Amino acid sequence: MIEPVRIGFYVCHCGTNIAGMVDVEAVAKYAAKLPGVAVSRNYKYMCSDPGQELIQQDIKEHGLNRIVVAACSPLLHERTFRTATMKGGLSPFFFQMVNIREHDAWVHTDGAEATRKALALVRAAIKRVPFHKPLEIKRVPIHPDVLIVGGGIAGIHAALTLADGGKKVYLVEREATIGGHMAKFDKTFPTLDCAACILTPKMSQVNAHPNITLWTMSEVAAVSGYVGNYEVTIKRKPRYIVEDLCTGCGECVEACVYREPRFADEFNEGLGKRKPVFMPFPQAVPPIVVIDPGTCRVWTATNGCKKPCVDACGDRKAIDFGQKEELKQIKVGSVIVTTGFKTFDASRLPYYGYGRYSNVYTALEVERLVNASGPTGGEVVTRKGKHPQTVGIVHCIGSRDENTNKWCSRVCCLYSLKLAHLIKEHTGAEVYNFYIDMRTPGKSMEEFYNRIAGEGVHIVRGKVADVFPDPSDPEGDRLLLQAEDTLLGRVLKFPVDMLVLATGLEPQADAQDVRRMLNMSCGTEGFFLERHPKLAPVSTFTDGVFLAGCCQGPKDIPDTVAQAGAAAAEAYSLICRGHVEQEPNTAYVREDDCSGCKSCVPLCPYTAITFVEDTKKAVINEALCKGCGTCVASCPSGSIVQNLFEDEEIYSEIEGILAND
Amino acid sequence: MSKPKVAFYWCASCGGCEEAVVDLAEDILGVVEAVDIVFWPCAMDFKKKDIEAMPDKSIVATLLNGAIRTSEQEEMALLLRRKSQYLIAYGACAATGGIPGLANQSQLEDILKFAYHDGPSMANEAGTRPQTTSTHEGHELRLPVLREVVRTLDQVVDVDYYIPGCPPTPKLTKAAVGALLEGKLPPKGTVLAPDIALCDECPRKDSKPTDLAFTEFKRPHQAIIDPERCILAQGFICMGPATRAGCEAVCVRGNMPCSGCFGPTSRVKDQGAKILSSVAANIAPREEGPIDQVLAGIPDPVGTFYRYGLANSMLRRKVTKPA
Amino acid sequence: MTDKPWEPRIVAFFCNWCTYTAADLAGVSRMKYAANIRTIRLMCSGRVDPQFIMDAFAKGADGVLIGGCHPGDCHYGEGNYKMLRRYRLLQRMLGDMGIEPDRLRLEWISAAEGDKVKSVINDMVEKVKALGPLDLPGQFQSWDREVMTEAEALAHAGHQEAK
Repeated sequence: MIEPVRIGFYVCHCGTNIAGMVDVEAVAKYAAKLPGVAVSRNYKYMCSDPGQELIQQDIKEHGLNRIVVAACSPLLHERTFRTATMKGGLSPFFFQMVNIREHDAWVHTDGAEATRKALALVRAAIKRVPFHKPLEIKRVPIHPDVLIVGGGIAGIHAALTLADGGKKVYLVEREATIGGHMAKFDKTFPTLDCAACILTPKMSQVNAHPNITLWTMSEVAAVSGYVGNYEVTIKRKPRYIVEDLCTGCGECVEACVYREPRFADEFNEGLGKRKPVFMPFPQAVPPIVVIDPGTCRVWTATNGCKKPCVDACGDRKAIDFGQKEELKQIKVGSVIVTTGFKTFDASRLPYYGYGRYSNVYTALEVERLVNASGPTGGEVVTRKGKHPQTVGIVHCIGSRDENTNKWCSRVCCLYSLKLAHLIKEHTGAEVYNFYIDMRTPGKSMEEFYNRIAGEGVHIVRGKVADVFPDPSDPEGDRLLLQAEDTLLGRVLKFPVDMLVLATGLEPQADAQDVRRMLNMSCGTEGFFLERHPKLAPVSTFTDGVFLAGCCQGPKDIPDTVAQAGAAAAEAYSLICRGHVEQEPNTAYVREDDCSGCKSCVPLCPYTAITFVEDTKKAVINEALCKGCGTCVASCPSGSIVQNLFEDEEIYSEIEGILAND
Repeated sequence: MSKPKVAFYWCASCGGCEEAVVDLAEDILGVVEAVDIVFWPCAMDFKKKDIEAMPDKSIVATLLNGAIRTSEQEEMALLLRRKSQYLIAYGACAATGGIPGLANQSQLEDILKFAYHDGPSMANEAGTRPQTTSTHEGHELRLPVLREVVRTLDQVVDVDYYIPGCPPTPKLTKAAVGALLEGKLPPKGTVLAPDIALCDECPRKDSKPTDLAFTEFKRPHQAIIDPERCILAQGFICMGPATRAGCEAVCVRGNMPCSGCFGPTSRVKDQGAKILSSVAANIAPREEGPIDQVLAGIPDPVGTFYRYGLANSMLRRKVTKPA
Repeated sequence: MTDKPWEPRIVAFFCNWCTYTAADLAGVSRMKYAANIRTIRLMCSGRVDPQFIMDAFAKGADGVLIGGCHPGDCHYGEGNYKMLRRYRLLQRMLGDMGIEPDRLRLEWISAAEGDKVKSVINDMVEKVKALGPLDLPGQFQSWDREVMTEAEALAHAGHQEAK
């Protein structure tokens, strides 16, 4: 600081939010006497236009060169006040914010204590701000391409939205086909329109779109680079089919040495069978087959295979058993994560009998049963081939439970009612839905509930506590569901031929790995964390990384599509702006001071620090540095400095906080 | 024109700093020729009253070594401060407290009890303790008062410059005296040694890897130190990265790790805290149990990281209770 | 000031992404906790230099709390691991210097754990209250009373010179 410091200090009432607990006038009076403070005011709403103008006016009239505002959290309004400071003609970084709302007025009950704390925090900021440097916001140009991770309905919708707007999109999907969970559904609530009918046209559009590069059998392997300029490595797993040459004719499947399908079909939740070479499902996109090395005799048989599939393919030569895993490097500016969910594993609740009794199913399995293109052609039959006459559907499997998942999975009541309808339609069976609370929020959902109830589905309020074989059934298939009908106040036993478990939605098994790669956080439940639950539900704390769909939290298809559109719009907005603004809190090595001790080099997870052989000094690549400050704390000779968080700035805060209260 | 007056004095020290001056060898003749040594209890027969008789600020420079532990040392420091233009803290003890500073880990009473009663080689049935006053044949005899806290020179008087080291090297001493005589002194308060860490001039620098990840720590008596490789990389705590250069890495050249006697750079407030920060951050494990196992190789962090700097570290001494 | 019963002063270093955000959440949720804590915001717990912790104690803090992300969740990958390693050694060393382990605390608090902010702060305040004030500035002051002053030295010299 060369010129004498002239601080403008402002304490905000925030209506009564702050002023109701903290004596703001006393704070302003106190601050006025602190060294360096030229102006000290208290004002009702600092973040309002007049509040911000007050700062700008004072800067001009009183020759202020530093601003301190004591108000709400910097996470909320630091940007607002930095902008006001800038509009007043100063560097926006000559500003420091004091949190006396979220961290003080709102969390303490004694006014004197809260005021005393406010004074200490204000003193700290006033001592700190003279050390601030006129840093500049860095503008990093953003690469216009977008990576979308996950090809379910969310990813598909986001991809189409961006691609239609002229942006180049990479849509990366782990499975052999896009479509996600929605492709497995039969009809969707509340309209009962067919999932495939509304989904498959969009899937085809994706395949045909010139702006979308669709990579199935692919996963994000590594992400490096920095905000706005990510370098992503995509691992493309071999499907042993040359994508451009396969026409999806299916003759290889016909010709396979396995005359009949023998292996569990993943798309049909293991209820159907497939051959080692197979089309994932009839409307798969891309519409090409895939070979599974786990079941194909080329790998599994000791003496190999004659490969009749290759003969059948003939001149097209689309089969390539030598295909290897490929790594692709792409550059993108933004990423939209649409990795979806996995269903709760019902075997974790053994008392429901999943896996033990053959006629206990998960909801997803039943979706495949009722589906006309499913393993039974739409016939609802048990694994033993019987048509059920009574069916029980138990809600909340795994959800709303301290022992498994605390949250409500949002869609299970609705899909359970839907399945009740479909099962009844297909079989005429008596259907009993067992629920704890009936949750059917959303447009037309209550009407849907009423409709199903009106169709004669029995809706019982009570949790099924036990499931065991009905001793009165000679074939031993029928199950007895013991539940208390809480509205009647009686414990009852319900005999059913088929039990459907409404399993809840969970984060994907590899959610932690994915989020680390993209530097996202997860909430306590494991779903990816949005920047703000109400005001920023599709963005994350990392600029340029967006979320949509169930990976952010359980939701239905309408909300998923809405979020996907929102994420696409926000990505589009970012791309149009052309640059990302980076907080200038990076670290730098003072070359003259560095002794070349190399202690800092291994500390940086972004490999931003390198040791230069010529000068025998460490140097930090500003573009890679993300500003954590770990190297600064470690440098044993104090030769690394972090902008915005310099040692002197922190020491001055410590001193200010602890000076005599 | 009379020669500039120079004084030397020693406080709580080992005498090594006196030897350091003598180690100037032939160069000492040049010094003796250029200056008038008016006080040097170790080497010359001047008395305290001679100094008291001098006008204030008549001594150009006093090089005072040793930490301040007694009332006599405080008195002498104050006296020499009055009489000198420049008071220079010479050596680690005066600058940062030195080895005597480690006494700040103990209570004075415990030290006296051990020295005069409990020590294994002590035979003192009468329980005699040194007294600060005693009368003998009508004369009152006084001994200096031992203080509770060991202090650096600048915790007692205003200090102009610091020459660090245990002891300062002849090169450093010569440079400092030369600068003094030529009147080419840096701003007041400067430490007269390079403001960069020792690794800068260490002969083993090239052998230090850029991917340090400690899996164990050893002390010098536990294993043979490879004379070719960076000592810290071998798992021995070397204070080099947190210590000023200027000694030409003399200890390392003797195949021993640097123990930090030149003190920290000007950008560091607490040398021990900084080396702790660096060394701990660079260990390999991530879980508490394995972390503690590796760190168990540093059984005495205070003695290792604050060997010369406890007295002017941020905490200064072990906390006494009650407050 | 002297009439009020002593209340511990605890300096907290919270990482921006997790603990500071959690503390904001605690505020938004209007949770109530002890007022003894004063927070300094840093980007990452890895930025916490042991010098800051020692300076806080030296300037009068009775306790120091560091809040970071759970292991594996650090916004910057690994900063919290470095903090953990430094903390384990520093806490032991502070113990050797007579500062009780309960005065320095490292907690992992994620952005969604507002309730943990409340419970950790309340718990730490209780523990530090039980330990009593550390008051290092007061300690330094009382230690330094033993040092001879300029006036005393002059008086002493005069006494000698008079002889």
